[in-house]
Amino acid sequence: MIPFYVFASLAVVASLLVIAQRNPIYSVLLLIASFGALSGLYVLLDGYFIAVVQIIIYAGAIMVLFLFVVMLLNAPHEDTDYDERTHPLRRRGAMRFGAVLAVALAVELVWALGRSSGSSSFARAPAPTVAAIGRSLFNEYSFSFEVTSILILVAMVGAVVLARRDSPASGGAAKDR
Amino acid sequence: MPSLNDYLVLSAILFSIGTAGVFVRRNLITILLSIEIMLNAVNLTFVAFGRQFGTVDGQIIAFFVMTVAAAEAAVGLAIVIALFRHKESLNPDSFATLKW
Repeated sequence: MIPFYVFASLAVVASLLVIAQRNPIYSVLLLIASFGALSGLYVLLDGYFIAVVQIIIYAGAIMVLFLFVVMLLNAPHEDTDYDERTHPLRRRGAMRFGAVLAVALAVELVWALGRSSGSSSFARAPAPTVAAIGRSLFNEYSFSFEVTSILILVAMVGAVVLARRDSPASGGAAKDR
Repeated sequence: MPSLNDYLVLSAILFSIGTAGVFVRRNLITILLSIEIMLNAVNLTFVAFGRQFGTVDGQIIAFFVMTVAAAEAAVGLAIVIALFRHKESLNPDSFATLKW
């Protein structure tokens, strides 16, 4: 019980700080801490495979990609006059509809979970092993697995095309701005 | 032992934090990070339910969500780089050319 609360409070506090930071670098680093706590929760749920994948892929690959982009762009902090003027919480009337919807979502989630009477502990079923995951992944889910490879390929080509600088030879369409 | 409900409450809290981040922040990179928080909250739900029912499906779906998140991060960050080159700004309100 104690490890659950330690990891859960760590994840919640780190996530709150992520959206409270003005410097994107701190946001990314705090999100890595949050992912570490989530990985601990997966271990508590006997999901060893997903815990390791969480660390390797999320904290190791995706967050490093974010960190690279933040440093590459030398991203400006959001504290200019323009940012203050366009802040969503400073708008009036119908422009705040999105914030109202977000509060409604949170209230609804808490309400729905409060109505469920689940104080039962987890079933003592044997936890699935990594071997069982691999067997299921390459039998039942083999089609999804192959489709995922196409998705990754499309994302890779798309990222290269989108982030490419226009070469001078290919016309100056982007230079007009 | 924490129950399934505890994990679902935690997941709901994390998802709400991510939603609030998308609405409150004025920085494209922080908005993408908030989306990652939301995806992770959903992953936690999948793994908790998979544990409850004693199947591997929860972890496998979470694995697929991670690959989709990786693809989304790669394409999203490429778009952010292209936008930043264009306007030297990461504020979403700078990109309102298509707005009616």
